[in-house]
Amino acid sequence: MLSLDRLSKTYADGTVALSDITLTVAESEIVALIGGSGCGKTTLLRLLAGLDVASRGGITLDGVPITEPHPSVGIVFQEPRLLPWLTVAQNVGFGLADRSSAEAKGRIAHALEKVGLAGHAARWPKELSGGQQQRVAIARAFVTEPKLLLLDEPFSALDAFTRASLHEHLLGLWAESRPMVVLVTHDVGEAAALADRAFVMRPKPGRIDDEVPLGLARPRERSSHAFEDATRRLLASLDRSLKAPEAAAQDATGAALWW
Amino acid sequence: MTTVLEQGVALAAGAAPAADPPRTRRVAPTRRLLWPIGLVLPLLLALGWEAAVSLGLASGRLMPPPSRILATLWALAASGELWTHVWATGWRVAVGFGLGAAAGIVLGVLSGASPLVRRLGDPTLQALRAIPSIAWVPLFILWFGIFEASKVALIAVGVFFPVYLGVMGGILSVDRKLVEVGRVFRLSPPALARRILLPAVLPELVTALRSGLGLGFMFVVAAEFMGASEGLGYLLVDGQQLGKPDQILAAIIAFALLGKLADSVLVALTGPLVRWQDTHRDRL
Repeated sequence: MLSLDRLSKTYADGTVALSDITLTVAESEIVALIGGSGCGKTTLLRLLAGLDVASRGGITLDGVPITEPHPSVGIVFQEPRLLPWLTVAQNVGFGLADRSSAEAKGRIAHALEKVGLAGHAARWPKELSGGQQQRVAIARAFVTEPKLLLLDEPFSALDAFTRASLHEHLLGLWAESRPMVVLVTHDVGEAAALADRAFVMRPKPGRIDDEVPLGLARPRERSSHAFEDATRRLLASLDRSLKAPEAAAQDATGAALWW
Repeated sequence: MTTVLEQGVALAAGAAPAADPPRTRRVAPTRRLLWPIGLVLPLLLALGWEAAVSLGLASGRLMPPPSRILATLWALAASGELWTHVWATGWRVAVGFGLGAAAGIVLGVLSGASPLVRRLGDPTLQALRAIPSIAWVPLFILWFGIFEASKVALIAVGVFFPVYLGVMGGILSVDRKLVEVGRVFRLSPPALARRILLPAVLPELVTALRSGLGLGFMFVVAAEFMGASEGLGYLLVDGQQLGKPDQILAAIIAFALLGKLADSVLVALTGPLVRWQDTHRDRL
């Protein structure tokens, strides 16, 4: 179980990026953090990844505090961030340096097959399309079998068709080891397609404004009534959050600096 | 000249319809057709000068015609004298380049990776870099004597700075996002250097080594001017003192060929290291 206890992050310049975030994620649960620019969702993800340190409060994963990168936490960034001097297979196996080569080879082959790139193992990243590169990044994150997987808007740069097929690849890999997933997104449809629960976030200071249980079974049918209903509830919550007054009084430029 | 051009045309014309080139190759025939065009101007000048001298319009005493230069080059090669000089020059450049490049890589990596080393050492090195390298010659002769050591030292100094700057700059400009990938996978500092920083700077390293090698050839001439009994630089000085412009020009041509050969070897050796690069391929 992942729990965040009154987590806050204030930057050196005084900007409050996150204020009092408290939430828990259950085993095998997929949660989405949704909100506009500057609401601190990427900051929150960086704290979960151990790439940044919280100013107050704490994160525990199965009781173990997270203050630096942890072997049980995997992350897929907004960009693929593949190492261009390694082949596709070597990129997928980047986190497997301590495993035996036979085990690494097997895991790499399996992960590549799951993202539909089995025939591309020996290619260079530059030879792949953007969507294919992001699939390699997903395989790289899953191959170490993390208990917690963090996704930082990994599909935002892709077109709608590629995005939908990547959702399938992601869920296919997820179904094997069923890790907890925290997905940062600004796309309501994406949250409804993937998540069990969504947290609507709000800026200045970044905080959780609402929690929306989606209550959808998998696999999900985008055209079903239940799916449309979940999307509508999420949109309504997001609208409420955007229309609420106050907050905006604080300086408007601060947000751009840290987001 | 015309024959080379005609061959190029014939090759392109003959190959194109027969091979029915696939789409990706479409640019190749044009390029094959166009590369000899760079030869037109020098060949015209050479032929013109040759004609002018043989027709008696010019004496060719200070600027010998191409035929005489080639004959001198041929004679030097046939007597084996040329190879002694090429060997001497090549050896000096190789040793000086090896020493200078090794020092440049080590100090460049340290300065790039450690802010402390950079603050401590970089200002001194930048100050030394501001000194024209030839100015070291008298001191090196006093320190290392008139023979090989002072020459190699001068070449090494010339090679050191571009390599040092290239490697340090390369490490400083490694994408923060890739370094973060290393952090996510919890790489130790040595592992980070080996698995992320070093591979990331390989393209800059290759460029730095190439410009270092070019400077190495520049400095070997200076080194051989300061007193040598063999080497292509000696051949230059000797040609000047004996009033043999054909020998000077023959030595210049040998220098050009040797430099180009060394650069091609360097590119061929380092090519496999940067095959992954997503850029226009460097055409020699």
